[in-house]
Amino acid sequence: MAEKTSSKIKIKCKDVWKVFGPEPQDIIKNWDQYNAMNKVERLKKTGCVVGTQQASFQVAEGEIFCLMGLSGSGKSTLLRCINRLHEPTAGKVFIDDQDITDMSGLELREIRRQKTGMVFQHFALLPHRRLVKNAAFGLEVQGLEKKEREKKAYEALELVGLKGWENSYPYELSGGMQQRVGLARALATNPEILLMDEAFSALDPLIKRQMQDEFVKLIKKVKKTIIFVTHDLHEALRIANHIAIMKDGAIVQQGTPAEIVLNPAKGYVEEFVKDLPKTKFITAQDIMQPLDKWVMPVASSTKELINKMTKNNLRFSFIVDENQKVVDTVDYFNLTLLTGPSQSIEDVPKEYRPSHYPTLSISGDTFLESLLDKAADTKVPLVINDDQGRIQGVISRETILTTLQSA
Amino acid sequence: MIKFPVRIPLGQWAESIVNWLTENFSTVFDSIKVVVEFLLVQLDSFFVWVPWPVMLIGLTLCGWIVAGKRVGILTAACLFGLGCLDLWVIGMSTLALVTTAVFISVLFGLPIGILAAKSPRFDVILRPILDGMQTIPSFVYLIPAIMFFGIGNVPGIIATVIFALPPMVRLTSLGIQQVDKEVVEAGVAFGCTPVQLLLKIQLPLAIPSIMTGVNQTVMMALSMVVVAAMIGAGGLGSKILYSIQRIDLGVGIEAGLGILFIAVVLDRILQGVTKKQQDAIMHQK
Repeated sequence: MAEKTSSKIKIKCKDVWKVFGPEPQDIIKNWDQYNAMNKVERLKKTGCVVGTQQASFQVAEGEIFCLMGLSGSGKSTLLRCINRLHEPTAGKVFIDDQDITDMSGLELREIRRQKTGMVFQHFALLPHRRLVKNAAFGLEVQGLEKKEREKKAYEALELVGLKGWENSYPYELSGGMQQRVGLARALATNPEILLMDEAFSALDPLIKRQMQDEFVKLIKKVKKTIIFVTHDLHEALRIANHIAIMKDGAIVQQGTPAEIVLNPAKGYVEEFVKDLPKTKFITAQDIMQPLDKWVMPVASSTKELINKMTKNNLRFSFIVDENQKVVDTVDYFNLTLLTGPSQSIEDVPKEYRPSHYPTLSISGDTFLESLLDKAADTKVPLVINDDQGRIQGVISRETILTTLQSA
Repeated sequence: MIKFPVRIPLGQWAESIVNWLTENFSTVFDSIKVVVEFLLVQLDSFFVWVPWPVMLIGLTLCGWIVAGKRVGILTAACLFGLGCLDLWVIGMSTLALVTTAVFISVLFGLPIGILAAKSPRFDVILRPILDGMQTIPSFVYLIPAIMFFGIGNVPGIIATVIFALPPMVRLTSLGIQQVDKEVVEAGVAFGCTPVQLLLKIQLPLAIPSIMTGVNQTVMMALSMVVVAAMIGAGGLGSKILYSIQRIDLGVGIEAGLGILFIAVVLDRILQGVTKKQQDAIMHQK
């Protein structure tokens, strides 16, 4: 997560409104008055429908951002405001600090050609074209030469696992495969941003899951910033780095999947999250405790160690080297048996070390579900390591129990 | 109360407008006449010039390829019947008349239909005009047609075009509007210019509807041949007109059958083409 906060903002929406109808500005101006009405009253009185109201969010580079909401919540409308398939009624949209809402048609077309790709719920393929020509569509529109664009289209189709199907027609493919073509078409132009409108919603549950997994893998490979619209909270929790939950055109809560699951906003979101199997969505990273109370540098004395453990009421502590790698695990009971408290930790005889306690190290994206098994195997708290083996945090049994209780 | 209080002299107005147009724009009408006449004469002489076995076999093969064996055989039978009634040459003239009228209808109907699909305002203006073109009895606009173009084939074709244009416009517009909204959105999202959107997405996907429009136009043009004959157009229509004036049942029946034969051939072949296009898009092989 640390890397995410440091990277730059790719897409920014600020107070975006989209009102459909004859006098949209009037609705925004007198929102205090109209807000109280329900949708039907508002439509009868003004002829206007509010698509999105005052939506603001930011998406960092390389992040998957989910807009989640039920049908009619304005999530697809908001997505379409980003590449101006819908013209926002008010508010600003920025991509790489460029004001999209202020652009001329020509500039906007360049953005759509170069920077954004889009995937649609019902695939939106061209039925009279073979897959290569479908995948090459964006490049064709850009005016790229036939040979070159078909080469790239072949590569894109291979990337989504459709090698060998290049000369088929869309109708010869299953829904899941058709959506791969949709994805290949969006990837072929190598855009920095993917806008995905309910991309997997029209697929069978099994295919959907498979596509989600493959999609997450693929995205790690190609490095894109993604805005993903879905009505499926499970899907959002599975693939997103950040989620914005929408209701009646407004964003009601934003946060990481764990934040949404652990601290749902009162009312609407709470209701949503209620029946979720939370252990499937909370990761080790989300609940791990900070290091400082748990670790001791290898050079400290046993006295220091005992004092710290007494103060923090710890049974176990981890000894780390200068690279933040765990070299040892110590047990408070064994330590107190030692005489001569001024010894350094390195001098503690082998038999006083709890080598029979295996120290389990796991990666931060492990789900709580599988942490349970591991925690049951050992008394020693679990150590969370990054991919270089450096300690990131610690999860004790108490932490797990508290989490389970609140979930 | 028998007398109505107001009498609008609309007829007089229309007359003076037409007169004014005839006097001031005669060069325009003359050049239209020259172009249409040229087109018709070329087509007519070509159709008549082609030996009948060549034409028969050609159209039969055409029907066979686009719509299968049955249509092929039907085409051959119809054309052979036309010849047996000694109506081959005159039938070819009718074919030339119809082809010319359809060609002009498509030439204008397609862009007008596209415009109507793209601009709702234009569509609103256009709709009553199209209704009028289809519902006002065709005899009525024969009169200005004669005044503008004189007597002969050309006013006949112009009157036919006025009658046969609306379905072409309507079905083109409908076809474009019916293209899946998401597919159009995809085009825009990938940065299509309006022209690219039209050529790469909207028109290809509207082709089945457009072809239906062409088919309708052909049928309406055929139904106009007798009316057009009243102002001097040739072909089978003039033969039927002759039979009405002389109450000659034999000639009337033969010429009527001749029109039927031509209609069947054109309809089946065009339907075959439409179906082929549809299959390509709707994915049924």
